[in-house]
Amino acid sequence: MTSVAATARVPHAHHDDRSFIRKYIFSTDHKIIGIQFLFVSLFFLLLGGLLAMQMRWQLGFPGKPMPGGGLLPETMAANGVILPEYYVQLVSMHGTFMVFFAIMPLLVGVYANFLIPLKIGAHDMAFASLFVPEGAIRSGWTNYAPLSARPDLSGVTTGQILWCVSIVVLGLSSVMGSVNYITTIINHRAPGMTWFRMPLSVWALFITAILAVLALPVLQGAAILLLFDQTIGTHFFDPVAGGQALLWQHLFWFFGHPEVYILILPAMGMVSDMIANGSRKPIFGYHSMVFAIIGIAFLGWLVWGHHMFMSGMNPTLGSSFMVSTLVIAVPSAVKVFNWMGTMWRGNLRFHVPMLNAVAFVAMFVIGGLSGIYMAATPVDMFIHDGYFIVAHLHYVLFGGSLFALFGAIPYWFPKMFGRMMSERWGKVHFWLTFVFYNFTFFPMHILGMAGHMRRIYDPTQYEFLKPYQPMNEFISVSAFLLFATQLIFFVNFWWSLFKGKKADLNPWQDNGLEWSLPSPAPHGNWETVPRVYRGPYEFSSPEVSDRDYLPQHEKRPTDREPASATAPAH
Amino acid sequence: MHWWLPLKGSTFAGDIDGLFLAILIITGIAFVVVEAGLIWFVIKYRQRPGRKAFYTHGNTRAEVIWTTIPAVTMVALGLISNHYWVRIKGRNSVPANAYPIAIHAKQFEWQVTYPGADGQLGTPDDFTVRNQLHVPVGRPVVVHLSSEDVIHSFFVPVFRVKQDAVPGMDIKAWFQATVPGQYELGCAELCGMGHYRMRAQVFVHTPEEYDAWMRQAAQEAKQ
Repeated sequence: MTSVAATARVPHAHHDDRSFIRKYIFSTDHKIIGIQFLFVSLFFLLLGGLLAMQMRWQLGFPGKPMPGGGLLPETMAANGVILPEYYVQLVSMHGTFMVFFAIMPLLVGVYANFLIPLKIGAHDMAFASLFVPEGAIRSGWTNYAPLSARPDLSGVTTGQILWCVSIVVLGLSSVMGSVNYITTIINHRAPGMTWFRMPLSVWALFITAILAVLALPVLQGAAILLLFDQTIGTHFFDPVAGGQALLWQHLFWFFGHPEVYILILPAMGMVSDMIANGSRKPIFGYHSMVFAIIGIAFLGWLVWGHHMFMSGMNPTLGSSFMVSTLVIAVPSAVKVFNWMGTMWRGNLRFHVPMLNAVAFVAMFVIGGLSGIYMAATPVDMFIHDGYFIVAHLHYVLFGGSLFALFGAIPYWFPKMFGRMMSERWGKVHFWLTFVFYNFTFFPMHILGMAGHMRRIYDPTQYEFLKPYQPMNEFISVSAFLLFATQLIFFVNFWWSLFKGKKADLNPWQDNGLEWSLPSPAPHGNWETVPRVYRGPYEFSSPEVSDRDYLPQHEKRPTDREPASATAPAH
Repeated sequence: MHWWLPLKGSTFAGDIDGLFLAILIITGIAFVVVEAGLIWFVIKYRQRPGRKAFYTHGNTRAEVIWTTIPAVTMVALGLISNHYWVRIKGRNSVPANAYPIAIHAKQFEWQVTYPGADGQLGTPDDFTVRNQLHVPVGRPVVVHLSSEDVIHSFFVPVFRVKQDAVPGMDIKAWFQATVPGQYELGCAELCGMGHYRMRAQVFVHTPEEYDAWMRQAAQEAKQ
């Protein structure tokens, strides 16, 4: 089947005369599908941010009318003041949008589709891809039962059903997409592209796809059971009729923790590419980096119980989940030290992708280290379900994944659209984001240490939290500035689409196969499949003296043809 | 505003805060090493004309060192944490002489049932008070947690104690208060739109005060 797909697609590698609709709307070109994901998920990123701004208004200025709040219907805001039921919906949909509709498709949908064939030398994906819809719940993005299972308790019927259905559809598309990524990487590598010559971004996307194939069906299964509880009167999660409330949490987190790594591994892979490029040095400890990705992915299956330390799960199980969780710090540390090793004695170019990639390392360290507090069960007893965790997860998801994306988007922008994003505005955006991001999320650690619970509509209800209101206001103002800063990114993005500087073949002087193609990369990618003679990170190689990079496809006099080039390609 | 953990109000609060401090020191060292290293590299190795990066693919000894140190530290931290975990939350950690109180959580209130004069739950002199938890100082208290509807979480920051109340389950959580005073109990698990106002007052009494309160409250409950 795959060999048929491969041979059938070879002739497409030339002039493209498809109509606009065929090219951009119902496309079968992996690059266009990646770009579709980019536009849709950037929209959800903005929407998710907009929901967060409303939450921050309420937390910083509880009971005060929100600017523009008068436009909201009475079921959401009374005279502009956000209502508790709307607040809980904001919390739930902010999480759902950011996790499922922004970060995950940005990392996996955009970059797995766009990069894998370009980086391994394939004409296209093995199969075509699928899409996702949307849905307002009041029980958090984790949607714990029985609150989520019983409309009489949550006050939401249709929103819950829509959530379940959309999770099932999204899961289906992710699983099919992932099967596609895995097949492509296994079967469609160019001659000479051995496993250990693959860029770390492709390794990370490969391992992520395996995680997604194994994890998402569990969530889909759980969502279907939840849907049955809501609609046809089953009681899987409702203890009143013999169900088990904790079953939802086990199923959700058995998916949910691998999902956490789905949201960070591709970012790590792309950061590795950008740091090697920016440092003009080979990745330090390439093999350790690959094994660290595999190690994180494997351990990711053994830690779901750390979300349930306080749930009433047997505390002895808590002990084993604590140890497996702490051990994940080891491959994570290996990655951080190898990124530092890559920068050590380099010749660092601070282009926008490099700035964001270095910030990723600096911020991921904070998010990784703050995870240790929660892993230690006795400390977790105090900080569980509090703002310390809100800080932690945003250091990983924003400080980590989003900074990686703010690097990856301008980095591969020329290959997507044939133009460069503005470096100057990219730097302005980077520095403002870096400052306001830390102003927004770092103080949340202090709130967490004070005992501030998460997902509460009005912290001033509690006497012990009242003294922290100035800090909540500070966080809110920082968050508004952080959001405003993102407009710079969006304007830069749109402006550069039409007016950016035209990009040449290889604007970043990189070694990856994608940089041997014109910008933007044409439909079908290569006329003839490129051959690969070395690893992806041969920067500053002593083999060349006139420049500091040596592309994977460039044949040197000493290079032999790859063995697989003479055998029939699969 | 206070930039550290709240008052230590229970016997194990000191242990938890000590562990927090130990982790703060370990992670603080790692944080400084990495961030200072990054800043140093960023300045020292920034691009200069004529400089060529040092061509290397890594160093096995470095990999072994920076794999082993975190691994040993994390396993040690796990063992130390587990020691406290078993004492605080283990199945057999509830002291035999603990004073029993039943808390039934429902959207959006805490129904606290006291054992009455006989000190036993499930007897006719039990009585229930809404949103008020009264406990004696210096005596272990075991809370029997249950829920009417959805998952709630019993959280008293000064005691450092947190335990979910799950419908269909009967879960025990214990603590021993050390400082008389008035504190707050909050719900830590999103339980619906009224989650934010699901709070109760916590009163830690001296034994004499506690007995006096108990007699009075039992009287009021009968009426």
